Amino acid sequence: MTKKILTEHINVPGIETFDVYRQQGGYTAVEKALKTMTPDEIVEEVKKAGVRGRGGAGFPMGMKWSFLAKPEGVPRYLVCNADESEPGTFKDHYLMKHIPHLLIEGMIVSSFALGANKSFIYVRGELMYVIRILEKAIAEAKAKGFLGKNILGSGYDLELVVQPGGGAYICGEETALLESLEGKRGNPRNKPPFPAVKGLYQCPTVVNNVESIATTSWIINNGGDAYAAIGIGRSTGTKLISASGHMRKPGVYEIELGLPVEDFIYADEWCGGIRPGHKFKALVAGGSSVPILPANLALTLANGEKRLMSYESLSDGGFATGTMLGSGGFILFDETSCIVKNTWNFSRFYHHESCGQCSPCREGTGWMEKVLHRIEHGHGHQHDIDLLVDVSKKIEGNTICPLGDAAAWPVASAIRHFRDEFQWHIDHPTEATQPGAVYRGEMALV
Amino acid sequence: MEDTKPQLLTVTIDGIAVEVEPGTTILQAARKIGPDVAPPAMCYYQPLKGSGGKCRACLVRVAAGSTKDPRPMPKLVASCLTAVQDGMVVENTTNPQVVDARNGIVEFLLLNHPLDCPVCDQAGECDLQNFAFDHGKATTRYEEDRRTFEKKDIGPYIQLHMTRCILCYRCVYTADQITEKRVHGVLGRGDASEIGTYIEKAIDNDFSGNVIDVCPVGALTDKTYRFKNRVWFTKPVDAHRDCPTCSGKVTLWYRGDEVIRVTARKNEWNEVTEFICNTCRFETKKTSDWVIEGPTKVSRSSVISANKYRADLEKPSFGKRLAAAEYKPIHDERDTSQLSIQQLPPERFAKTLPSAVEPEP
Repeated sequence: MTKKILTEHINVPGIETFDVYRQQGGYTAVEKALKTMTPDEIVEEVKKAGVRGRGGAGFPMGMKWSFLAKPEGVPRYLVCNADESEPGTFKDHYLMKHIPHLLIEGMIVSSFALGANKSFIYVRGELMYVIRILEKAIAEAKAKGFLGKNILGSGYDLELVVQPGGGAYICGEETALLESLEGKRGNPRNKPPFPAVKGLYQCPTVVNNVESIATTSWIINNGGDAYAAIGIGRSTGTKLISASGHMRKPGVYEIELGLPVEDFIYADEWCGGIRPGHKFKALVAGGSSVPILPANLALTLANGEKRLMSYESLSDGGFATGTMLGSGGFILFDETSCIVKNTWNFSRFYHHESCGQCSPCREGTGWMEKVLHRIEHGHGHQHDIDLLVDVSKKIEGNTICPLGDAAAWPVASAIRHFRDEFQWHIDHPTEATQPGAVYRGEMALV
Repeated sequence: MEDTKPQLLTVTIDGIAVEVEPGTTILQAARKIGPDVAPPAMCYYQPLKGSGGKCRACLVRVAAGSTKDPRPMPKLVASCLTAVQDGMVVENTTNPQVVDARNGIVEFLLLNHPLDCPVCDQAGECDLQNFAFDHGKATTRYEEDRRTFEKKDIGPYIQLHMTRCILCYRCVYTADQITEKRVHGVLGRGDASEIGTYIEKAIDNDFSGNVIDVCPVGALTDKTYRFKNRVWFTKPVDAHRDCPTCSGKVTLWYRGDEVIRVTARKNEWNEVTEFICNTCRFETKKTSDWVIEGPTKVSRSSVISANKYRADLEKPSFGKRLAAAEYKPIHDERDTSQLSIQQLPPERFAKTLPSAVEPEP
């Protein structure tokens, strides 16, 4: 059994209520933080823990906190990004649904550390029932004196607001989220200025993922060093992985970072292997926007070592042979899945979700989707593959926010590793468009 | 208290150093050097606060961040929003990566553009046309249908052609910043976004006409000027009048002795210097209403200055550039001495060829 930090008590009946959560040792971090620690000490502990942002980019959370500008007389805000909409990622949803008080406890501690007196949880609009769960939990915490004015007699006030999201993937990008929270159209802002300087209502703001914030209470209780001892290298702590696809046991798993990918897929404790009678073909390791990897590269690095579930190991080899941990949306494909169709599906999603603000993303995502649609439906041309590579290159890095990159990477990587399959679709349109037809040529199946 | 002036920063753009005040953007610094170095701007509009960063046409590479931190920036940056640092080294058209990105942007902008320049009132003074001329290709790799929109009527003065729009948001900022209430905005998302008034409202206020001037393409055009003439056949003349609502300083566009259009005055970057009201723009179209100041100086090499009447203006370089691109020296190795052709002296040819065509070194 690996160490469990977030999901330790998740199976306790009634954990969503305040009393049961309190019995399991909940809200001790709030007591400890507010009574015995200063905000700077908390930031220091989080820095020591080395916890990296769990939303996808993997930016060290403590460093993000220390960048927060602290001008006199200007309010500061903490915003929790619970707009989890990445295809293949469903960990925050799971955490908030089952153990809402963990997030609220983390919010109180984090807000205290940052000096925020009003904090927001921006929850994906489609998850209305989760919003109700959170609101109920907030009301309970408030009734017990853990929220509101003068929390536990420490003189610290905090108001926690749950905001239903605007129903767009782009609102999960931190600056678009802030725009949406302000009541505007969810268009990402140009950076700089970064939210740490000018965020919500032009005030200094920190935006953190649900999972990142939820870890803070454990860090306060056990110390940053204890957290840093878990994991491997600069990937400290545990990570929730949303496992889906052609595996025996899909679901949300909390793993210690540094676990070999092979163990995660095949061990009974986690995914339990590929579904019986099938072979492992490809893996999307961190949500739909990270590069897809073929089975052999997913399990081993280019130099033959085992690939581990960590920020460094997964991105080893750059985009030529690596991918990213991203948000932990672990999607596994067996040999019955068609990579072209899958890439088209991802591309269709990004086309639909592009905000339309900057030209490369607005026009490019639609173009890639149309070309992929054409290849998938047997109307591809010989030059289409090179066209796709070229278009993806022209989008990547040239957009305001990372959605452009997120749209370009899956396409570029699918062509990089599965070019033969695309070629087969173009060369054999009649065969390829048969129902259930999949490329059976040479490829690395494990 | 002698030295109250802020210290000037030195920035090098395409190998040309320029001194600018702190807070200046790369684009403004480049504009200070001159139009040959200035990156194109399709959405950035200096008079409008907050504009820019959307079209990505002005992307440049920062080869060195500053004297203190000479690391290059990892990605191309939007020059219209990035402030210069002392000792910054910027590569604009000298960097193939930038040129490549810019070619890509033209291609993206033209993907869904109808290319109806022959019937578009903006042709000749269109930013996209100029941009495409500089960085575009004559062919397209796009094979699908271009997107279309339902036609919307936004009032008696302004014609909206959504298919031509490049979503620069300039008209949105204009309405936000110079009118009291904005009634139009961007609806929808992705490539289905469109400029529109929610529930078919007419844009009706004293300064609404300015959206026509700020529009870089022919998406918003003047209904009172629609299909009347091509801009290069008209003569721009500066004029003013005593207007109770605006500065009254305008440019009149003449066809013969008839005023067929009134616009605000624009500077050399095609930016309006002073916004004008609808009365001046749409309703005062008699020469007798105006005090004429003289011919407008069209300082950018545009087709508007192609015709006529000012000998000192440099003719637009489009023709020359095209000729230079098309011109190929004929390597005729035949022995012409045997033919009974009278050899003309080379000066005869030199006159007829444009001077821009210089022999390759």
